[in-house]
Amino acid sequence: MTSAVAASLEAVEVDYPGRGRALGPISLTVGEGEIVALVGPSGCGKSTALRLLAGLEGPTRGTVRRAAGRGETSVVFQAPTLAPWLTAAANVALPLDLAGVDKGEARSRAGEALKAVGLGAARGAKPAQLSGGMAMRVSLARALVTRPKVLLLDEPFAALDEITRRALADDLLTLWAELKPAIVFVTHNVEEAIYMASRVLVMTSGPGTLGGETSIDAPTPRPAGFRATEPFRQAAEAVSNQLAVAMRGAA
Amino acid sequence: MNRVVSVLAPLALIALLLAAWEAACRWTGVPIYRLPPPSLVVLALGKNTALLAQSAWNTFAMALISLAVASVTACTIALAAALNGVFERAVRPLAVALQVTPVIALAPLFQIWAGIDHPKTAVVALTVVVAFFPIYSGAVSGLRSADPDLQRLFDLYGATRWQRLTRLLIPSAVPFLLEGHKVAVGLSLVGAVVAEFAAGSGGSQGLAWRILEAGNHLQTDKMMAALLVLAVMGGALHTLFQVLERRALIWWRGR
Repeated sequence: MTSAVAASLEAVEVDYPGRGRALGPISLTVGEGEIVALVGPSGCGKSTALRLLAGLEGPTRGTVRRAAGRGETSVVFQAPTLAPWLTAAANVALPLDLAGVDKGEARSRAGEALKAVGLGAARGAKPAQLSGGMAMRVSLARALVTRPKVLLLDEPFAALDEITRRALADDLLTLWAELKPAIVFVTHNVEEAIYMASRVLVMTSGPGTLGGETSIDAPTPRPAGFRATEPFRQAAEAVSNQLAVAMRGAA
Repeated sequence: MNRVVSVLAPLALIALLLAAWEAACRWTGVPIYRLPPPSLVVLALGKNTALLAQSAWNTFAMALISLAVASVTACTIALAAALNGVFERAVRPLAVALQVTPVIALAPLFQIWAGIDHPKTAVVALTVVVAFFPIYSGAVSGLRSADPDLQRLFDLYGATRWQRLTRLLIPSAVPFLLEGHKVAVGLSLVGAVVAEFAAGSGGSQGLAWRILEAGNHLQTDKMMAALLVLAVMGGALHTLFQVLERRALIWWRGR
């Protein structure tokens, strides 16, 4: 594990008025440059945990620590969440524009970020003209353009087909290797979690608490054919078992 | 269905109906003040072209002025409502009350306010009332239509209130504003005609007055000619705004 902490939840609980406990008590720590996956059944509070780490929401009880300052955290949602009236380049430049970065510089950095996700040619296209996978790449470029210290992904590939999803997972790991942000990755998909993360945390369902933790011992980005290796298979089994236990708790 | 057929079919139906109408008038010998044949309506149209064109222009101008005034007021109030929930709550019942009250019932009141010498003012004011609501409700829903996740991103990026308004809320509202204006255009023409009828004086000199006047003189052919001009104008205006809306949407979202 890395020594410095990028973000952490300490004995955090979240109650929503009228809905009761949504999350916790839960404690988790994300090291600088670490990739952590949160896996769990729907309604276990994964997205709530992510919003806490982003600072978009406060806990009812407990402490949230975030090392990243303003503008150093990025979020990617399940949908691309692009502004339909802006071109791909303008969408990517948006966080810089809002932070008051000079227009020309914002444009050129947006262009680079688009190139990094393989969309250098699509800078003038509007979201409606892009495929689902391309729109997700634009969303990723927008998240990376600020060179964040913490990158939070809320089921980012859930709406994509398997081939696009795998290509994006590899691209994301390559991009990670360049900037080394801490990544917290929420997903339903056990294989995707193991493929992406160095640590997989399983959450139990409603209210979400930690149900298990599995370290994945393999280099990142993943070597070719990693999905067929023994460590991958073992990790998948371990995480699946933890998940089964977590689900049983709910039923 | 190919293009030629889709253009010809309605024209053929119209021609058929007109022919039947013409034939029926000739065979039955119905008095022309009751039902003039289409040929006489066309003649009346030819004889009164200048007058009808001038009246159409007056009605058109009143409708468009009202639309502009309604657009500015509705958008301003909607903006204030979007920024302040209490204000929105306060305005809502008034806006609805204005919307559900038939414009014709308001007409006498507006005439008193505008004064007998300014019938055009009364017509414009009434039409503004009619055109206000679709624009207002479109603008209010539009300003609220921004994607909640996009809102969260604006939070995350520390956007100011002004940035949120100009970079997120207003651009998100564009399709709703277009739709509201398109509906309002049609209504403003209706409103202008109704208001003119209600004003009941020749001061506004629009198409409605031509219809009233011709009706009073039992010049049914001229009355129908005025109606025809009104229908054509309404259709043209509707089509124009539909095309404008489609163009604007293509510009907004790129296809």
